[in-house]
Amino acid sequence: MQKVIDTLLIGLSTGSIYALMALALVLVWRSTRVVNFAQAGQAMLSTYIGFEIASRSEVFWLAVLFAIAAGALIGAGVDYFFMRVLFKHATSGPAAVVAPVIATLGLLGLIRAIVGLIWGGDLRSIEAPVSKTGYAIGEITLPFSPLNTLIVVSVSIVLIAISILFTRTNIGLALRASAYNPEIAQLAGVRTAQVRTIGWAIAGGVGGIAGMLITSYNFLSPNSLDLLLVFGFIAAVIGGLESMVGAVVGALILGIGLTFILNYIGASLIFISGFVVLILVLLIKPDGVIGVKRGRRA
Amino acid sequence: MRKRILFFILLGWVLLLIGDRVDELRVYQGATLAMYAVGLASIVLLTGYSGQVSLGNGAMMAVGGYATTLTYNNLQTPIWFAFLMGVMVAALFGAFLGVAAARLAGPYLAGTTLALAVGLPAIANQFGFLGGEQGIYFDIGLPPASLGEDFSPYKWYFWIATAIALVALFITTNILYSRFGRTWRAIRGNALAAELAGIHTGQYKVLAFTVSSALAGLAGSVLAMTISLVSPSAYPLSLSFALVTGAVLAGISSLPGVMLGAVILVIIPDLAEVVAHWLGDSERVTTHLPGLIVSVLLILSVIFTPNGPGENLRKHLGHKKHS
Repeated sequence: MQKVIDTLLIGLSTGSIYALMALALVLVWRSTRVVNFAQAGQAMLSTYIGFEIASRSEVFWLAVLFAIAAGALIGAGVDYFFMRVLFKHATSGPAAVVAPVIATLGLLGLIRAIVGLIWGGDLRSIEAPVSKTGYAIGEITLPFSPLNTLIVVSVSIVLIAISILFTRTNIGLALRASAYNPEIAQLAGVRTAQVRTIGWAIAGGVGGIAGMLITSYNFLSPNSLDLLLVFGFIAAVIGGLESMVGAVVGALILGIGLTFILNYIGASLIFISGFVVLILVLLIKPDGVIGVKRGRRA
Repeated sequence: MRKRILFFILLGWVLLLIGDRVDELRVYQGATLAMYAVGLASIVLLTGYSGQVSLGNGAMMAVGGYATTLTYNNLQTPIWFAFLMGVMVAALFGAFLGVAAARLAGPYLAGTTLALAVGLPAIANQFGFLGGEQGIYFDIGLPPASLGEDFSPYKWYFWIATAIALVALFITTNILYSRFGRTWRAIRGNALAAELAGIHTGQYKVLAFTVSSALAGLAGSVLAMTISLVSPSAYPLSLSFALVTGAVLAGISSLPGVMLGAVILVIIPDLAEVVAHWLGDSERVTTHLPGLIVSVLLILSVIFTPNGPGENLRKHLGHKKHS
């Protein structure tokens, strides 16, 4: 019983980081109809910037703020300087459909190479602001640590902030409107291109937080966020790729599920299980297990 | 058809002559070139013809390479049989994935195959019989004595790789110019219209995935042969990136273009080395510069010539060639 609760708690912490990545992917997908594989790269670059701030100032939260700002700037920049140009050029021919996807892949490669050139391939770590040793109850030390609490709490704050942004503000309304139907939103006076850039910026900032949180737990290297991207994508697919709530719920389910596999079967099956889940969801319910019912536009 | 056979035989003869006249390093690069040509053909067939996108053909190469190596090392089969096994296993894997893929639209398929490219090679770390991080040694033995004393192993690899590439590309050309190629293009053009014309689009998509994976598996086996090893780091994520880049540069729906794409992919590390040397030879630059060049090329070509440089050229020349 103890082990079940431990697993649930750790899974919650892991899943909440997946939730941020899944959320970032869904935000971009809704506004641009592109699964942004460069999200892992953007998050990684923001985290490296956060790492620089953290190692100079030794204030974790300052570093997180910088990582968020960097992520948002990078996200907006990618949309403004890159996706807009791309959509202007690649409009016809056999490659038009796949061009955006391939372009985000190229961007991921580019960011990895730039990070590699600047920081090298060594593992870096960011000192977490709280202890990584689990809480002690009497004799027993739990695997769940203050750091896990911090992760769950920060992710909850981010999620609440984003839901307030989306339901209570004008920008949120514009974001939802242009995701739902760009043409009608434009006719209603929404500047869809700008709104899209804002969406990319939010996604970038969220990715930056995800990178900082997972790095306070693990290590940072030019490819340390690849698996986060994969699990974020799987979570987003479980949620139907359209729904932000779906993505978060999908991420928590995936995180808890994979932690159960880790604790009861072993680390060797983690990736395979995640992949099997992805294939099964896509074969059985391609619109997502939780997501809103709506025709798939792709 | 007869012209095509003649062309391939002539090409092989020219390559043989070139192989005799250049040094060891160039011969090794020649083998790599043959490997890339087959790998790029797998992307051209899949993306350029059937319109499905795969970012994970590097993973399929890993499947082929491991299957070939395990067959050869554990069953002591003849080498051609080991290669055949690599192709078969990769094809089987591709068929399985294709069944899922045929029902997926672009972004889902791209994500699934990318997940495969990220995770699959690392699986070798977790199962003992796959050799872990160090991988498994793959030695196809010395070239036959009848070729002479000073016939180097690398030249032998070059011969095998080139022969394999020529046969594979010949078969692929024939497939693409056959009923199958036409049907794939029809599906890519308009899946609904193809369906209404009586084509089982699902079956053809699965078939494209299978053939593409078989080609990728073959390329993976050739790669394993040239470096005498299979290991997770031999099939990194950047290999999948390189394949996509090469295919886009080649013109995603142009099979002859794979030669150009392969040449570029082989030149990039050399070029990077020159630039790195010029910048002062730090290890960091040498490791990451090739990735930088590949990515920049991919981004530029996808923005400015998404259908390949050849396509633009044809447009300028005013040929209304059907793509």
